[in-house]
Amino acid sequence: MREIQIRAPEAAPAAAPRAARRTPRGRTVEMWWAYAFVLPAFIVLGVFHLLPAAASLAISFTDWDGLSEIHFAGWDNYAVLLSDDNFGKAGLHTFLYALAVVPISVGLATLVAVLLNAGLKGQAFYRTVYFIPVVTMSTAVGLIWKWLYNSEYGPINAALGFLHLPQPNWLSDSRYTLVSIMIVGIWAAIGHHMIILLAGLQGIPQSFYEAASIDGAGKLRTFFRITLPLLSPSLFFVVTTSVISSLQLFDLVFVMTGGNPALLSSARSVVFNVYEEGFVLFRMGTASAQAVVLFAVILLLTVVQLKLQKRWVHY
Amino acid sequence: MTRLYRLLLHIVLAAGALLMALPFLWMVLTSLKTFAESMQAPPTLIPASWQFGNYAKVFEETDFLRYFGNTLLLTVVKTAGQLLFCSMAAFAFATMRFPGKNALFLLLLSVMMLPHQISLIPTFLLVKELHWLDTYYALTVPGLASAFGIFLLRQFFLSIPAELGEAARVDGASFPRIYARVYLPLSAPGLLSLSIFVVMAAWNDFLNPLVMTSSDEMRTLSLAVASFVGEFSTDYPLMMAAACMAVLPLIVLFAALQRYFIQGIALTGMKS
Repeated sequence: MREIQIRAPEAAPAAAPRAARRTPRGRTVEMWWAYAFVLPAFIVLGVFHLLPAAASLAISFTDWDGLSEIHFAGWDNYAVLLSDDNFGKAGLHTFLYALAVVPISVGLATLVAVLLNAGLKGQAFYRTVYFIPVVTMSTAVGLIWKWLYNSEYGPINAALGFLHLPQPNWLSDSRYTLVSIMIVGIWAAIGHHMIILLAGLQGIPQSFYEAASIDGAGKLRTFFRITLPLLSPSLFFVVTTSVISSLQLFDLVFVMTGGNPALLSSARSVVFNVYEEGFVLFRMGTASAQAVVLFAVILLLTVVQLKLQKRWVHY
Repeated sequence: MTRLYRLLLHIVLAAGALLMALPFLWMVLTSLKTFAESMQAPPTLIPASWQFGNYAKVFEETDFLRYFGNTLLLTVVKTAGQLLFCSMAAFAFATMRFPGKNALFLLLLSVMMLPHQISLIPTFLLVKELHWLDTYYALTVPGLASAFGIFLLRQFFLSIPAELGEAARVDGASFPRIYARVYLPLSAPGLLSLSIFVVMAAWNDFLNPLVMTSSDEMRTLSLAVASFVGEFSTDYPLMMAAACMAVLPLIVLFAALQRYFIQGIALTGMKS
């Protein structure tokens, strides 16, 4: 989860009495304490996040296997990606996954949030149930759904059979593997989006709706003219974070394909590829190049969304 | 709102809630069936005989208690670390003046924008160099602080009137004292929100333990659940019993602290 709207660091409030700080000695003391306060966190962040991210970029220009000597490889790793069939597939699957999961999960979450906000009895109960998948570990989610999808003993096909509907081999039919994973992704994300959107809805002043109803606006008109625009900051946040997390798809692919090469060829994701290149095939250079590409795409999409928000987000 | 309309809303919401809950219900029901019954087509809904022994069997056939302990340990250590380190840094950013503050804050924001995967490989190599692979250090130390945590707590601290700190300062209180006696006690909701995020992420984390550990002794619950697919082959009752126990603590925690969970999550979606 990330904050999108960022405030610049505060300028110190000018008027407050600052007797203790005015003296040069006081300022020096304050400075050293401040450094002491930020130091532990910045050591951890620097050593395990910032420097590794920079190192990733560097490693992506080498042919390192993590053990033997490092050779500079120029743009080779990136050039290879262009013709790498697995990476192409991973990119396509990840793109399709985000393309399906983001709009559908956000759309359904909006629907649920709006319905919940209507002030029914049992709101807290519904909210709880919708939220449970969010606190459930993704490997367990993957395992449960793998069992639900089981074509012979699973309840989904049993129900479809009962209704005399076609019973696809969900995960093991390469046409449906990715779709099956998308369904799980949507199912697992709705609760999270719903909570944020519900908070956004509850922040809309009731007087807006009263004014609309006095003006004789219908339900649909009220929704599109009042609810949606005023909800747009929350929607923007949900869409942006949802795009980022969809592009980082990994756990579900890992568990639901169980590493089966046939299933993977129709469901591998970019992060799965990074994992496989780096930790199964020990090609740190290619793995890093892929991670860098993923980062670049996420950054680009986030920037594009920040630009586009001016057109549809009303603060 | 007419009655009919209200009924309609309830039907839609209940149908959705059922879709959310059914997979969990199926998990619990399967976990209580015999292996033979789980392999019946069409599947039975209610177990013919309730096999509570499946849960005991998980402990007999795997080192489940150990996985549980590992997960608990890494969750507690990460949460404690983040609460301390993030609140310290947040205190400095929210209340103190020092050279380089803006530059460090920008650095912090850029760390927040980095997807975790980009640092995965070099972090792994670093951990390997430190001979930390397959140890608790690898599972905990990289997660002792987060840019997100600092940012979240900074927002909380900024909402505390600066005059409180100033007054304490005038009375001769040191910075650590103001941090510990003024800011921390007043930000309990913020600290609780951060804890919830860290606990959720740490307990459910998969990619990190997958990469950083290799032995059975270091396994976390999410790793164990994923690996059962291969180890128990098709023994779904055992797998579901294990999954059930792995997810239950967080569901219970969520049920107990629901209000704070929701506030915390909603808070991150707010304009700040």
